[in-house]
Amino acid sequence: MSPDFAGLFGALRPEASLVLGALAVLGLDLSVFRRRAPEARLRLALGVGILAVLAAAAWAAAGARGPVFGGVLIFDPLAVAARLGVLGLTLLTLGVTRGAAAPRHPAEYVAIMLLAATGLLLMAAAQQLLLAFLALELASLSLYVLAGFDRDRPESAEAALKYFLFGGMAAAFLLFGFSLVYGATGSIDLPVIAGQMARQGDNPLLRVALVMILVGFGFKVAAAPFHLWAPDVYEGAPAPSAALIASASKLAGFTLFTRLLWPDLPGSAGSAAARSGEPGWFPAVALVAAASLLLGNLAALAQTSVRRLLAYSAIAHAGALLLAVMAAGRFGPGPLFYYASTYGLATVGAFGVIAVVARAGRCEAIADLAGLYRRSPLLAGCLTVYILSLAGIPPLAGFFGKFAVFAAALRLDGLAGPAGWLALLAIALSAVALYYYLIVLKQALVAPPAAEARSIPVPPLAALALLAAAGLILWFGLNPTALLGHF
Amino acid sequence: MSLLPWTITLTFAGALLALVVGRRSAAAARWVALLTAAGGWSLTLLAAARFVPGPGLQTLVDAAWIPGLGVRYHLAVDGISLTLLVLTGLVATAGVLFSWNIGERTGEFFAFFLTLVAGVYGVFLSADALVFFVFYEIAIVPKYFLIAIWGSTNREYGAMKLALYSFAGSALVLAGLLWTYAVGGAHGFGFGELAAAAATLSPHQQVVVFALVFFGFATLAGIFPLHTWAPTGHVAAPTAASMLLAGVVMKLGAYGCLRVALPLSPLGFAFWQTPIAWLAAIGIVYAGLVALVQQDLKFVIGYSSVSHMGFVLLGLAAANTRAASGAVLQMFSHGVIAGLLFAVVGRMIYDRTHTRMLAELRALPLRRLLPFAAVVFVIAGFASMGLPGFSGFPAELTILIGVWRTAPLWAAVAALGVLVAAAFTLRAIQLTFFATPERPSLPGGARPFEPVLHLAPITLAEKAGAVLLIGATVLVGLRPDLLLDWINPALQSPLFHAVLKGGAP
Repeated sequence: MSPDFAGLFGALRPEASLVLGALAVLGLDLSVFRRRAPEARLRLALGVGILAVLAAAAWAAAGARGPVFGGVLIFDPLAVAARLGVLGLTLLTLGVTRGAAAPRHPAEYVAIMLLAATGLLLMAAAQQLLLAFLALELASLSLYVLAGFDRDRPESAEAALKYFLFGGMAAAFLLFGFSLVYGATGSIDLPVIAGQMARQGDNPLLRVALVMILVGFGFKVAAAPFHLWAPDVYEGAPAPSAALIASASKLAGFTLFTRLLWPDLPGSAGSAAARSGEPGWFPAVALVAAASLLLGNLAALAQTSVRRLLAYSAIAHAGALLLAVMAAGRFGPGPLFYYASTYGLATVGAFGVIAVVARAGRCEAIADLAGLYRRSPLLAGCLTVYILSLAGIPPLAGFFGKFAVFAAALRLDGLAGPAGWLALLAIALSAVALYYYLIVLKQALVAPPAAEARSIPVPPLAALALLAAAGLILWFGLNPTALLGHF
Repeated sequence: MSLLPWTITLTFAGALLALVVGRRSAAAARWVALLTAAGGWSLTLLAAARFVPGPGLQTLVDAAWIPGLGVRYHLAVDGISLTLLVLTGLVATAGVLFSWNIGERTGEFFAFFLTLVAGVYGVFLSADALVFFVFYEIAIVPKYFLIAIWGSTNREYGAMKLALYSFAGSALVLAGLLWTYAVGGAHGFGFGELAAAAATLSPHQQVVVFALVFFGFATLAGIFPLHTWAPTGHVAAPTAASMLLAGVVMKLGAYGCLRVALPLSPLGFAFWQTPIAWLAAIGIVYAGLVALVQQDLKFVIGYSSVSHMGFVLLGLAAANTRAASGAVLQMFSHGVIAGLLFAVVGRMIYDRTHTRMLAELRALPLRRLLPFAAVVFVIAGFASMGLPGFSGFPAELTILIGVWRTAPLWAAVAALGVLVAAAFTLRAIQLTFFATPERPSLPGGARPFEPVLHLAPITLAEKAGAVLLIGATVLVGLRPDLLLDWINPALQSPLFHAVLKGGAP
C-alpha cells in the first residue's frame, strides 16, 4: 500500500492552518508589533489566532471522512465532532484570554495555545498508538508551558512543575501500556489490535497493559486517585490556561481514551447493540469512576478557593465521564461527547469569569466574587448559567449531559452491572454538588460587594466569548439533539 | 384549548422583561410582573371557561424533543391540572400585589418570581415525566435566590436547607424515573409508558422505585419527617415567596405524587400505602401540635401548612376517588388560604411592626392600628380551621369521608388534627389581635399616657390581593362543585384505575 500523502495533507488541513496561524502570530509579533504595548500585541495575536481557528474549523467541518493514510487517522462522527468541539472550545478560550491580564509575551502565549490545539485535534482523530502518543505529548508539552506562563508568580511555576511531573509520569505509564499492547498483539493499529484482542480473549498481558493505560489516562483527565495535580494546577495556572486544560484537553483526552478502550467503537448507537458481555477493564474503570465521584464531590465541599472548587468539581465530572466511556460501547459516544463538550463550555466560561474578575482585582477565594451582580451584571449572569449547568439544572446543557449519560449507564445492564449503581450514586451525589455550586452563586448574586470593590470592565471580545458560551449552553440544553443527533 | 401553553411562554417572557426594565425603573418592573401574572391567570381562566371535563389528559402540544431518548415535549391538561393552574395564576397575581413594596433589586426579584411561576405552570401542564421533571427543577433554583436575597430571619440557612431538600427530593425522583425507564426498557417518558415499564420490573424493584419517586415528591409536599425545610424556608422567605412556596410549590410535590408516583406502580403503592398514610396522619397532628407552641407567628403558619398538606397526602394514601378528589380540592383550598395567611403575617404585620413574635405583637393594639389586617386574618383563620362557607370545609370533609371508607382509624386521627388546627389558629388570632392588655383606668376617667403609634396604612395593592384570595376561598367554599366537576372526571382516567379504587365520585 503506497502512502497517500495527498489524502493525508487534505485531511490535516485544520492542523496545518493552526500551525501556520501560530507561526504567523509569532512572526507578526516579532516584526511589526515588536514595540507596541502588550495589550495591542495581545489583540493582534488573538485576532490572528481566532482567524486560524476559524479556518481550521471550516476545514474540519468540510474535510475528509473515513480512515486516512492507511487507517492512521480516522474521521468518523466522533472524531469530527470532537475536533469541532476542540476548535470551538479553543476559540472560546482565545476570546476569554482577552479578558485576562495580558501575559508578558502575548504572541507566544497564543501561539502555544494554537500548538496545544493542534495536538488535541490529532488526539481526537488518532487511530494508531504511535500517533496517539505523539499527539498527546504535543498537547501536553504545550499545556505545561501554558500552565507556567506567569513565570513571576510562584504559584504558576508550581503549577507547571507539578503538572509536568505528574504528566510525565502519566506519559511513561501510557507508553509502557502501549508497548505491552504492541507486544501482545504485534500491531499499533487499533483495528488490528481490536481483532487480536477479540481472538486472544483473556490475556493477562493485555490486562496489565489496559491498567497501565488507565493509570496514564487517569492522570490526564484528573480522575481519582490520580487527581492530585489538578487542584494546584487549576489554582496556579493563568486562568485561560486552566480553561484550556479543563475543557478542550479533557474533550480530546476522553475521545482518545474511548477509542483506545473500544477499538471497534460503533459509529452510531444502533450498530453495536448486539455486543454482549462486558470487557475486562470494566471493574477497574468503575472503581476509578466511583472514587472520582465520591472524592470530587465531597472534597469540593471543603474548598474556599473558587479554582480549587472547580478543580474538585472537575474530578467529579471526570467520574461521570468515565461512566459515559463505559456506556459508549453499546450506546455510542453520543452521551460522552455531549457531556464532555458542554462541560467544557461551562468550564471555559467559569474560568473566563474568574480571569476577568482577577484582572480588576483579585479572584482567589470564593468570597472575592461577592457582589458580582453589582460589579458586573453580565459576568454574574453568565456565571450563573455556567454554574447551574455544572450543577445539572435543566434546561441547561449540563442536565441533559448527566441525563443522557446516566440513562445510558443504567440501560447497560440495569442494576446487574456496576454502571447502573454508579449512575444512582452519581445522581445522589448531584444533590451534594448543588450545595457547593450554590455557595459560589451565593457570593456572586446574594452577598453585597466589598466596600472597596468597583465595577468590572469586560473587554468586548471576552464579553462576546462569555455570552457565546452561555448561549450555547442554553441552546444545547433546549435542543440536545443538536449535539446528540450526530451519532 | 391551546391557550394554556402560552402561560409558560408568557411568564418566562415576563421574567426576562422584568429583569431588563427593572434595571431602569422599579415601578416598571412591578407593572410588568403584575401584567404578566394577571395575564397568565386570565389565560387559565379563559381556558377553564372553555374546558370540557373528561377522563384522561387532553393533549395541547405534542412534539418530539429528544428523539434518541424518546422524550416528547408533551403538554396536556385535565381537571386536576386545570384546578392547580388556576390556583397558580391566582396566587401569582396576589403575590405580585403583596410584593409591591420590594424596593431593592426589584427587577431581579420579579424575574426570579416569574421564573418560578413559569416553572410551576410547566409542571402542571406536563404529560411527559421528563418534561415534568425539567420544569420541576426550573422551579427549585429561583426559590433559593428569592429567600437568600430578599428574605428575613436566618435567610441563608433557610434558603439553602430548602434548596437542598428540594434538590435531594428531585434526585430521588430522577433516580426512580431513570431506573424505571432504563431497566424496564421503556421507549419514552410518557406516564403510561413508564407505568408499563415499571410493571416489567421485579416486585422488589417496583417497591424501591415507587418509594424513590413517591418520597422524592413527598419531600416537597412536606411529608413527615421530611417536612423540616418547610417551616424554616417559609419563615425566611419574603412574603410573596412564602405565598408561592406554601400556596403552590408544596402542591408541586403533592401533584407529582398523584400524577407520576401513584400510577407508576400499583404494586409499590400497595406496599407503601399504610406507612404513607401513617406518616401523613402523624404529620397532621404533630405539625399542628408544634404550631400550638410557636412564639413566632410565621412559624405558626409554616407548621399549619405542613399540617394541612398532611391532609392532601392522607387523601392520596387512602386511594379512593372520593379521598383523592378531596385531596385535589384541599390543594386548591390550602394554596389560597396559606397565601392569605402569609400575606397578612409577612406583609401586613411584619413589614410594618418588624416583629412576628407573639409576645411583642400582643403588646401592640394591632386590632386598632390595622383593622383591615385583623379582619383578613380572622377570615383566613376561619377558612384555615375548615369552617363551613370556606373552601377548607368541603375539602377536608371530602378527604375525611374518603379516608373513612379505607380505614376509619386514619380518619379519626386526622379528625383530631382538625381540632388541633382550630386550637392553634384561634391561639394565633387571639394573641395577635385580641390580647392587648387592658390599661388600668385612672380615677376620674383620665386616660393614661399612651404612646403614639403610627403604622403605614394598608395599601390598595394589599387590599386588592386580599380580596382576590378571600373571594376565591369563599367561592369554592360555597360552590365546591365548580372544581369537583373538573376533578372527578379526571380521576376516572385509565392511569388511575389501577390505584384508585371504589368510591362513587
